[in-house]
Amino acid sequence: MSERIPVYTSAAPPVPSAEELRARIPGWGVDLDPADRPSYPKERAEPTGAHWDLPEQQEETFPRERSVEHMRLTPVFGTVAPLHGLSGAIRRLAYERYSEARAAHWLLLIAGDRVDAAESHLRSLASGRPDNPVTETGVRAELSHDGVGSRRGSRVDVNHQWMDPVLVAGPWVLAGAAAVAGVRALLRRGR
Amino acid sequence: MRAMVYRGPYKIRVEEKDIPAIEHPNDAIVRVELAAICGSDLHLYHGMMPDTRVGTTFGHEFIGVVHEVGSSVESLKPGDRVMVPFNISCGSCYFCSRGLLSNCHNVNPNATAVGGIYGYSHTTGGYDGGQAEYVRVPFADVGPTVIPDWMDDEDAVLLTDAVATGYFGAQLGEIREGDTVAVFGAGPIGLVAAKTAWFMGAARVIVIDHLEYRLEKARSFAHAETVNFAELDDVVVHLKRTTDGLGADVAIDAVGAEADGSFLQHVTSAKLKLQGGSPVALNWAIDGVRKGGTVSVVGAYGPIFNAVKFGDALNKGLTLRMNQAPVKRQWPRLFEHIRNGHLKPSELVTHRIPLEHIAEGYHIFSAKLDGCIKPLVVPGAN
Repeated sequence: MSERIPVYTSAAPPVPSAEELRARIPGWGVDLDPADRPSYPKERAEPTGAHWDLPEQQEETFPRERSVEHMRLTPVFGTVAPLHGLSGAIRRLAYERYSEARAAHWLLLIAGDRVDAAESHLRSLASGRPDNPVTETGVRAELSHDGVGSRRGSRVDVNHQWMDPVLVAGPWVLAGAAAVAGVRALLRRGR
Repeated sequence: MRAMVYRGPYKIRVEEKDIPAIEHPNDAIVRVELAAICGSDLHLYHGMMPDTRVGTTFGHEFIGVVHEVGSSVESLKPGDRVMVPFNISCGSCYFCSRGLLSNCHNVNPNATAVGGIYGYSHTTGGYDGGQAEYVRVPFADVGPTVIPDWMDDEDAVLLTDAVATGYFGAQLGEIREGDTVAVFGAGPIGLVAAKTAWFMGAARVIVIDHLEYRLEKARSFAHAETVNFAELDDVVVHLKRTTDGLGADVAIDAVGAEADGSFLQHVTSAKLKLQGGSPVALNWAIDGVRKGGTVSVVGAYGPIFNAVKFGDALNKGLTLRMNQAPVKRQWPRLFEHIRNGHLKPSELVTHRIPLEHIAEGYHIFSAKLDGCIKPLVVPGAN
């Protein structure tokens, strides 16, 4: 559509006619009537398949953390990855102490995530399957799926993608440097 | 069983896990035949979603075969082929009984502000997802639907989130005949929002992105005008210039938390996790829509604060509408649109990745390699 001089009157900008659009666009206008749109009105009672007023309570096989804004444990909940370790203590604090309205709640959960990842990486070193940063980051796809060619052109995300390897490897490099410095300090103290 | 497992930001692998068990009488266990990676899975993958625990299996878009049902399940039996909405809904709480199936109050103990979602962190309930050979499906009488015989599997899996969410995003825009609709983001959801905006009478549909291959898809799949913001100094000014200085009638944010276009916003959110998402597309939507217009938000954001230009929204008298899509409510009408040939979701699929290679799949999708728009995950494939 060519650029026009704005008129600043009550007129709406010109657009193609309904006839033109109906001829050009498959399905144009089939949902013109809001009543045909599934989300209209926003709140609408329909059969859901539920055959209960309140669902039966799922068994709580371990102490299940919950938001302090909930009045009870919900009837159904996920049971993946129960709280454990230091990350579990951080997350438990977030749930028991702070509501969802408090920034501390979410920032503690984010902190718990970072601690969880570090704990898990360390545990994996003692397991039969240590974390492998090459296979787990999928970075080999750079070779098999045109990593260089895909980034040609005007795309703007290349201005921050260089940070990703730093974010992935950085904590390990820092932890390694700290470990080396610690060992050297111990050795010096022992002399 | 084999399952994708989160190991920390940017790291996933496939591990052996126990086949999930029935934990509630209305549970079903589904053997996954086809799953998808969603753009919002990338927020988890990048470590942006609070309480994403190591060991969790992602995946909220999947179809499969019922393997086992709990004692109170009435509508499904083993062997049924089902499509499963990404929302977990009890069907009977205050919200579900009013049609707000994405805001169920009975399935997520971890938060009241969020419903239940498969494989989407403990902030949405702590459920494992479908990027695995088997998955636990709570409330089997409420969520899953038997896949119609006439429907393609790839269409069915895209209906479990991406297509339903895109269609819902267009509806939130309250589009009227003759409206100009600006869609930010040419990923699967933006493409479907653009395509279905025409159904509601849009007279112009403008899709904005910076990835040229996705804009090409917006032209071919959604018949839209396209704008590459990377080639512009200011996309808001561009929108104003093409609408007589007014702005679009409706703007749809189909990008969410990892929006590009502002280095500062992106780095403080996606990299440093200092805000719950980069609201670049949302701010452009607020500034690019006309006064009195409507902004629809279906891009996903985390629960932490965002640097949103709320003053502009107030001063312009905007209507802001948003939600996670109540997927199952969208299906009957979407089924009609597919049967009538108005919509072919599988045209969005670009990659089919064996579960064993899912780490490469996430990297391809995250780094936008190889023209990737929608990657599917195929358990059991080599």
